[in-house]
Amino acid sequence: MDRQSITLTVNGRNFEFAAEPRKLLSDALREDCGLTGTHVGCEHGVCGACTVLVDGQPVRACLTFAIQMEGHEISTIESVGGHGALSPLQQALHETHGLQCGFCTPGIVMTFEAFLRANPDPSEEEIREALSGNLCRCTGYQNIVAAIRLAAARIRESA
Amino acid sequence: MKPAAFEYFRPVSIEDALRQLAGFAPEGKLIAGGQSLAPMMNMRLARPAQLIDVNDLTELAYVREAGGWLRIGALTRHHELAASALVRRHCPLLAQAAQTIGHYAIRQRGTIGGSLAHADPAAQLPLVAVTLGVRLHLRRQDGERTVDAGDFFLSAMTTALAPDEMIEWIEVPKAQPGEAAAFRLFNRRHGDYAIIAAAATVECEGGTVRRLRLGVGGAAAVPQSLRTLAEAARGRLADDGWVAEVAQAAAQQVAVEEDARVSVQYRRELTELLVGRALGRALTRLRA
Repeated sequence: MDRQSITLTVNGRNFEFAAEPRKLLSDALREDCGLTGTHVGCEHGVCGACTVLVDGQPVRACLTFAIQMEGHEISTIESVGGHGALSPLQQALHETHGLQCGFCTPGIVMTFEAFLRANPDPSEEEIREALSGNLCRCTGYQNIVAAIRLAAARIRESA
Repeated sequence: MKPAAFEYFRPVSIEDALRQLAGFAPEGKLIAGGQSLAPMMNMRLARPAQLIDVNDLTELAYVREAGGWLRIGALTRHHELAASALVRRHCPLLAQAAQTIGHYAIRQRGTIGGSLAHADPAAQLPLVAVTLGVRLHLRRQDGERTVDAGDFFLSAMTTALAPDEMIEWIEVPKAQPGEAAAFRLFNRRHGDYAIIAAAATVECEGGTVRRLRLGVGGAAAVPQSLRTLAEAARGRLADDGWVAEVAQAAAQQVAVEEDARVSVQYRRELTELLVGRALGRALTRLRA
């Protein structure tokens, strides 16, 4: 199948490249946009490592073809925080030791950037239910849950 | 795991999509949320030659009242089903079931039309469809028809949809006054497909059952509505003894297929447990 010109809007910037329609969004972000913060784990929608935001909603980049995303706004982990600055959730993950190897972290941060906007005051059960879509193989989930609760409280206070 | 090559189409109208589907049948495939199709393509269990992306057809995403029914567009996402005030009020079983599908990110993309057309034996929405007696409105380029959920699911991943047909909308009967619903499932990991799922609605008047609808999913190739059992419930006193009796009868009557991973006996035990819990929960809601 021939490669086609594809234009993606990622973190407010346009990226134009040539790829086959079968190119996954996760691969296009890493290989064609040079945004390697989006991690690729299972490639069938189970692990959540590749989660990005599409029009503000969390989406598995490995279950999305890049060509489908033309005309949509994609946000990746590179858009969160800034140079030398952490988002409230990143800061909370740092403080509560919510990561070790960090492979799953970008997907968790992107999932909860959206989740905390929609649910600013979640119960622990709601957090755990939402977190069930992101597999972490190092830390266990206690500190990640603690980080999300801490971040939620800080975001509410500053609102 | 990368999908095989395909040609990509992005229709701008339903008519456009139906024309493409007819032109490419049986090789072309519609993609909506892609939460089942994309993994199958990544694993090369599915290799459609053409992919027709209906995500721009936002005229297929809605929930509206239609007399005694709720009409739901095929492109309505699971999270919208779970959050919709209309669905929660008039079809609470559907809202509860949708909330248990996959994970948070999966529910943002997956659609009701996609889930019904995919027809996984253990999926939530096909089970709700047969339990409630949902009607599916199917369209092709040169016609349309309405099919009852009981006639739609033919086997595992196999439906009455012709290769050139798409689901346009479904209609779900509204809950009656004095009716409560509950959905229960068991899986080994949160968000996985159910080993067994039970769906129930109970309508009572003065503590007596007026109508029971009961469905079990995950046990066999298609979800089952236990109609004989449900009919026998009419006029019974809705107490704990009745719940236990129905749960036991459901476990005996449900058709269970052998599976290398899960024994028939275990699936029957889970059926008894989950039917009992679903009925118990529905009755608690009624009394509240």
